[in-house]
Amino acid sequence: MSTRAVIEQRLRAAFAPEKIEIRDDSAQHAGHASAREGGHYHVLIVAPAFAGLSPIQRHRRIYEALGDLKLAGIHALSLQALAPGEH
Amino acid sequence: MSIQEQIRDQLNGSSIVLYIKGTPQMPQCGFSAKAVQLLSACGAHFASYNILENPDLRQGLKEFSNWPTFPQLYIRGELVGGCDIMVELNQKGELKKLVDQAQS
Repeated sequence: MSTRAVIEQRLRAAFAPEKIEIRDDSAQHAGHASAREGGHYHVLIVAPAFAGLSPIQRHRRIYEALGDLKLAGIHALSLQALAPGEH
Repeated sequence: MSIQEQIRDQLNGSSIVLYIKGTPQMPQCGFSAKAVQLLSACGAHFASYNILENPDLRQGLKEFSNWPTFPQLYIRGELVGGCDIMVELNQKGELKKLVDQAQS
């Protein structure tokens, strides 16, 4: 399974999001010294689970759901985590 | 001194601490560069540590904060977040408020 598919599967399972968009930005970083550690991804996720949580709490929940980033093939992850209505 | 003690010392030493890849003058990653730029634009005087030079610090921080990525911004010893959170706070005008409070 591609890293992108792994991210999507884990986040869907954890948050049942209304919306999830995963962009693979790896090509922009090809050749960058640490690009060999894995890909660069941007995730937009909209889920009721984020309502009432601070940005840091939202990111922590996402990191928990994804598990070890390096094992999942992720080198860099940019996150936008919104509750419905914030989007 | 253990790495966890070193981290506490670093956080006690400055009210604003940024852990990045590279240095503020020569960041080695776009997210670290962005974090430096945002803090500087807020008028922050901050301590900065290059985690690429110190693998123990890099690993120690991940455990200290239970946060897997860099940059990591700490204000008054508390993890504020990484680049995305800094961008978000900056858009709401809250990053400058945090910086001003930390420096008052």
